Amino acid sequence: MCGIAGLIHRGKSSNVGSELQGMLQALKHRGEDSTGYALYGDTDGKNFIMRFKVGENVGEGSSSVMEDVSVYDERKKIVDQTLSEMGAKIIKEERTLPYSLRYEVDYETKDLLDFSQRIESIPGVEILSMGKSLEVIKDLGNAKMVCDRYSLDKLVGTHAIGHARMATESGVDIKSAHPFWGYPFSDVSVVHNGQLTNYWNNRRVLENKGMRFMSECDSELIAVYIAQKMREGASLEEGMKDSLTGLDGVFTYFVATKDSLGMAKDTMAAKPLVLYESDDLVAMGSEEIAIRSVLPQEIDTYDPFDGEVKVWQI
Amino acid sequence: MANIKTSEKKSKAQSMGMHTEVLTGRTQQKFFNPDEAENFYYFGTYDVDFNKRTDLDVMNMSAPEANKEIDNLMSQGYGTIVIKNPQGKHSLGVGILNKLNLIFEGSLGYFGMGSCDGPIVRINGRVGWSCAENLMAGKVVIEKNAGSCFGAAIRGGDLICKGSVGARTGIDMKGGTIIIGGDAGAFTGFMMQRGRIIILGDVGINLGDSMYDGTIFVGGEIGSYGSDAVDAELTSSDQDWLKRKLKVAEIGEDFDVSKMKKIVAGKKLWNYDNLEPTEKKGAI
Repeated sequence: MCGIAGLIHRGKSSNVGSELQGMLQALKHRGEDSTGYALYGDTDGKNFIMRFKVGENVGEGSSSVMEDVSVYDERKKIVDQTLSEMGAKIIKEERTLPYSLRYEVDYETKDLLDFSQRIESIPGVEILSMGKSLEVIKDLGNAKMVCDRYSLDKLVGTHAIGHARMATESGVDIKSAHPFWGYPFSDVSVVHNGQLTNYWNNRRVLENKGMRFMSECDSELIAVYIAQKMREGASLEEGMKDSLTGLDGVFTYFVATKDSLGMAKDTMAAKPLVLYESDDLVAMGSEEIAIRSVLPQEIDTYDPFDGEVKVWQI
Repeated sequence: MANIKTSEKKSKAQSMGMHTEVLTGRTQQKFFNPDEAENFYYFGTYDVDFNKRTDLDVMNMSAPEANKEIDNLMSQGYGTIVIKNPQGKHSLGVGILNKLNLIFEGSLGYFGMGSCDGPIVRINGRVGWSCAENLMAGKVVIEKNAGSCFGAAIRGGDLICKGSVGARTGIDMKGGTIIIGGDAGAFTGFMMQRGRIIILGDVGINLGDSMYDGTIFVGGEIGSYGSDAVDAELTSSDQDWLKRKLKVAEIGEDFDVSKMKKIVAGKKLWNYDNLEPTEKKGAI
């Protein structure tokens, strides 16, 4: 089933980590195999924030193969060495969990494709997000468990999207969890609720164009599809509108960039979405109870129609 | 089914399957007896007084707890119940088979007022997916917007949304009336079998797709017609009915019904299975 939620504050920052946690926790009955956050925090915008993993969560319910922590240490060393070779300077590093790391990196580049390809050529290493504001955090368990594990409740920023997952077409692991980074674009992330039926056809076309897929989760296609459209010069909104015909299946998805948040709903309108919109806040989720966790007062909400695409700026 | 026309009243009801299983101890078949007035009500329903009013705050209640408390209040004779702080909770007010004046001060989540028979309900907020699914009788009024599958499979009663509704409104409906003050999404009236839908605003693509029967009235623009949905003449009796219905529903009383479009089933799909593949193409 899966649940998605997102919010964007316009003209101000807020405690988006805590707010999104409340929204996703309200949707936990839609799936708690894994939960993911894409948070756009307040930063000085100088350095890249790279969230990456050197292994999988192999706890209860995971479909991943057990590895020794020493393997993770070895991969981290190779990542550090590769960064150094590329001239990227690690300003700050945090290792929340043995397999999950957060680096602040001083690196001068416009195209992250080569950078990402070199890092991800290290076996077992995946960049979860790369951006000057975006941080993708995803792991097994429900929203509160992941939030507590990564101390996300104090993160202040302008907007965020998240996903509560009930695994259906791929494994219970971090690589198949949402959000997906819009590789290789800085600060682009995607969450999706639904099923895509032309995944393999699109994947083959996009891989021939040099795009990469880390999982076999159909939702990852949306991130790669939108990223490719942007690579070809389309705006975020144009890419999303194009996806209504380019992607086949049923879907409601959100895309976020450094300064915007968008939603798209397929022409069958088969997947739910409830939306609240005011001058200073947009909040949306698979169910109204998600919005109620941040806006308990009586509010006006509505369901976007079939084939609708909307984009908001901060 | 036995020959209903020649059966006695009691056996006719039994022939039509109008009986219920009583699951107390040994299962018994309890048959509907049209000569006994009390049998026009469901078992376990209550004699309530509309002038006896109370509030129920469901802020800290789960949906089953809230629904059980509504039942408890009805058993005490309360005929008017005001629900405070519904907070978008799912499945509130389901399965009420009683006359009751029920008011929600706020919004409901999914499946609100499902499978009800008889209550008069006003919701001063919005509702999520599948509101009033399988409504059999009564009236449900939503002051704001509604989600998809609004009034799915209703069999009777009036379901009114003063705002806009999502996709598949009135899917598989078998009777009753759905009235929408605003716009409606795609596949409105999908596979409807009986009943009427009135939409004062615009409607999305595939209107009335594969409808077997029933009537849809649209005041605004139509995205596209679904398979086998066709225009029909809007008669003067249609207009009289529309005016009366909109007035009773307290919605669009001044609306010019003479310009509404009337959509019905072309009924070309009725014999679909008997057609050869080449004939099917011509039928659609």
